[in-house]
Amino acid sequence: MSVRRPFAWARWALVGPAILYAPAALAHVQRGEAAGFLTGLLHPLSGLDHVLAMVAVGLWGAQLGSPAIWLLPVCFPIVMAFGGMLGLMGVHLPGIELGIAASGMLLGAAVMLELRPRLALAASLVAFFAIFHGHAHGTELPPGQSALLYSVGFVLATGCLHAAGIGIGEVRRWTWGRSLLRAAGAVVALGGVFFMWRALS
Amino acid sequence: MNRGASSRAVLGLRGVALATLAVPALARAHLNSTGMGPVYDGVLHFMLSPEDLLPVAGLALFAGLRGDAQSRRALFILPVAWLLGGLAGSAASATSGSPFVSAAWFLLLGGLVAADVRLPQGATVALAVLLGLSHGWLNGTGMGDVGTAMPALLGLTASVFVLVALASALVVSLHAQWARIAVRVAGSWIAASGLLLLGWAARPR
Repeated sequence: MSVRRPFAWARWALVGPAILYAPAALAHVQRGEAAGFLTGLLHPLSGLDHVLAMVAVGLWGAQLGSPAIWLLPVCFPIVMAFGGMLGLMGVHLPGIELGIAASGMLLGAAVMLELRPRLALAASLVAFFAIFHGHAHGTELPPGQSALLYSVGFVLATGCLHAAGIGIGEVRRWTWGRSLLRAAGAVVALGGVFFMWRALS
Repeated sequence: MNRGASSRAVLGLRGVALATLAVPALARAHLNSTGMGPVYDGVLHFMLSPEDLLPVAGLALFAGLRGDAQSRRALFILPVAWLLGGLAGSAASATSGSPFVSAAWFLLLGGLVAADVRLPQGATVALAVLLGLSHGWLNGTGMGDVGTAMPALLGLTASVFVLVALASALVVSLHAQWARIAVRVAGSWIAASGLLLLGWAARPR
């Protein structure tokens, strides 16, 4: 008598693709063209201070609604890239770590307090802080990376973090969601305070 | 099928799977050549060259935002210009592209998409011609003489055609405001990549 084993197909459904999934073996580092895309993609995710601020931009954009919901996440990567360009060119900016920590504090506080400034002011604030984040990324680039692939990965990851923030921010449609959003803003602000304390100590 | 035969079959399948995993095949870590001939090498070159891929995507998105008439012109003019530039480049001596030029194209096309600038049709055509000629030229200079380069250039040109067709047709079909905004956001990312590339090119060594 044959015995039916539930989920046997599911195991094969996992094993099959695992066998067929054959990414390129990055066995040899090519000169000047190391794994730039992945490094760029992972770089903004590697620091919680960056992640908090970038998600907060999305949260605030969602809270403010149109047109800020798309203008802020467009503004941030472009100005961040400008900051990254300054960092790459070796232009010194003072207080980078303080600026990054302040971005978490102020953007988190804006979400927590549901601040609704004029669009130009909100965009200027976001743009101002983006310079610090970009500069930090620009100066921390490891050597031997493909510049273009690094840049594309770096911008893509930033955009995805904003999108994640906007996605989370859409809970504003419900009454409980608005409270949750303000609580999320408070968490970001607290994170900013922690990073500020660490930068000053 | 009885239970013994069934478990033998399962064991056999697992044996095949394990043997497949254990085969020590060559890593083929370098994707410089498809092994399928120069036409496919040209296709692959384009697909693996973001400095070519992103400006073409940028132009396709921009033409798509401007409507079907401009998209149709970009669809046919860009690949033809690319092929002509490539043929001219293959007849010239080898040169290497400047990252400043790539950065400029990223900034220009990404900026046009992000700002949703309403350019006249002639300007879009001029952009397609210039982009095709300059990038085609750079591709062509690294491909040897015209006879050798021609099949690879045809593959490359076909890829340009396909990308413009897919991307611009997708954008033309978008009517929801949020979807068009998403396209503009993509444009801003192209421009941001251009800014970073500019910084990389200008960095002190």
